[in-house]
Amino acid sequence: MSNLRTWLAFALILGFVLLAVFAQFIAPFDPFRGGADALLAPGAKNYLLGTDHLGRDILSELIFGARVSLAVGISAALSASILGIVVGSLAGFFGGWVDGALMRVSEFFQTLPRFVLALVIVAFFGGGVLKVIIVLAILSWPQIARLVRAQILSLRESTFVEAARLSGMNGIQIIAREILPNALAPVIVTGSLDIASAILLEASLSFFGLGDANLISWGGMLNVAQPYLRQAWWMAVFPGIAISLVVLAFNILGDALNDALNPRLQETA
Amino acid sequence: MCACRGDACVVPTSITMTLYILKRVAQAIPLLLGVVVFNFVLIQLAPGDPVTLLVGDYPAPEEYVRQVRAEYGLDRPLAEQLVLYLGQLARGNLGYSYANRMAVAELIGKRIGPTLQLMITALVIAIIVGVSLGVIAARGRGKISDWIAQAGALVGYSVPDFWLGQILIILFAVTLAWLPSQGMRSARSVATGFDAFLETLPYLVLPATALSVRFIALFSRITRSAMLDILHADFVLGARAKGLSEARVLIAHVLRNASLPIVTVIGYNVGLLIAGSALIETVFAWPGVGRLMFDSITKRDYPVMTGILLMVSGAVVLANLLTDLAYAALDPRVRYTR
Repeated sequence: MSNLRTWLAFALILGFVLLAVFAQFIAPFDPFRGGADALLAPGAKNYLLGTDHLGRDILSELIFGARVSLAVGISAALSASILGIVVGSLAGFFGGWVDGALMRVSEFFQTLPRFVLALVIVAFFGGGVLKVIIVLAILSWPQIARLVRAQILSLRESTFVEAARLSGMNGIQIIAREILPNALAPVIVTGSLDIASAILLEASLSFFGLGDANLISWGGMLNVAQPYLRQAWWMAVFPGIAISLVVLAFNILGDALNDALNPRLQETA
Repeated sequence: MCACRGDACVVPTSITMTLYILKRVAQAIPLLLGVVVFNFVLIQLAPGDPVTLLVGDYPAPEEYVRQVRAEYGLDRPLAEQLVLYLGQLARGNLGYSYANRMAVAELIGKRIGPTLQLMITALVIAIIVGVSLGVIAARGRGKISDWIAQAGALVGYSVPDFWLGQILIILFAVTLAWLPSQGMRSARSVATGFDAFLETLPYLVLPATALSVRFIALFSRITRSAMLDILHADFVLGARAKGLSEARVLIAHVLRNASLPIVTVIGYNVGLLIAGSALIETVFAWPGVGRLMFDSITKRDYPVMTGILLMVSGAVVLANLLTDLAYAALDPRVRYTR
């Protein structure tokens, strides 16, 4: 059962990635070009999922929207992971006041309400995909930093690290070659879950009108749909399903990785 | 462990508790200060003249702009500016919103009531439904009820809450026309006091439901795993052996001991609740702080944004502090180990 679930999630992610990459070949219409066919219901005139208030094809918009969601979600989570690994390694390796200072900073970012913070920063500095990715990465690294730090602290005393030290490796080599590969499992799990939350955060920012105005994003589509809830349900229903499916898929993947990489949990959960 | 009896025990316990409270409060203060400094840095780093961020992108009179420049010492060195900024905040001055012609603190104060009403209602729904689902899942572990509850939690955690709000509007306000979807009472309403409160209830149903779903998922997951940790503890076996009814075992023994992690998760997720309500209020035109945030973004009313950020951060720090204190009060071990 759980294996099937994992494969479904994986297939779903792969499917969305393919949609995003080959959007211009798959989309039946130009998602940017509107026309006279405004607010058509799904199925009318070859518009499988209907059209929006400007006559743009919802299905084509959805296919192109996968680009922003996946690009932002994956890049933000990846950048956050790298940042977290670097900070966590520094804190775990140096200890002392470096550790203390870095952990206070991570506590700070962990306590603060991420969404409100992201809203204010993006409102101050302007939207745009790159800026959103940077903001989400800056707000999401602490959890991974703490994980890596904890792993380093516990692995530092292990015999294989001792052996590496005796064989003449320096600190950075030990961290990069001996400790990090062994500490990676929880980082991958958290990273996968981070993709899900980054996609949700991006959708929320775009829903607040802070996305990139020149790109199609699912959150932005929901923003546009809000005034038309009474006339055109399809404008809201389909983008939301797309967001939910992708986020669900990454959450399932994270859970599955957690089960696979953490055998102890398998027994209790 | 305390081997003494009666009154003798009270003294050392209350001292450790007091010490713990002092320690936690001392930890919260730099965090709050950090928020203020962070805010200050943002204002300095943002492109354009910082005075725009203190006044808002609104045609304010030249005289007022000059006054803000002087008040915050925008031509002075940065360190001095920071001190002035802290001084203004310490006096409770969160700035002035020219777009609304009102002090930011006053503006937020006016909007906080509806937000609290929405958040508390959603939280109550989430606790009742989430904890019940968690108990059902833990009891039927491995059975179909468990599977459904777990799958439901995963879905609930993945669906964007503001979209769920839109779907609820389409279903229950547009298609079925059962419930209102915008605002918190009829525009023609003249009711006051308790009548006004009763009038808001139908308006509260949809937004509170939409806001609660994510937390139902979160609470049911944490309840399930907390219950599973305890379900096989010796004292539960003992309670069963005593012949207590299953319901009594579950509620008086298992759930009570599982309540600690549940309380923690609730307390630590107040920030998430605030973020959710900002989006939900926008969908339902609920006249709270979240809607104010949305409006201030569209109007580029920066002082309101920073004011809300400060208030929300303060609320989250406070909620975390209270959670830790509640935890320490409920579980004496915390006071000694931390």
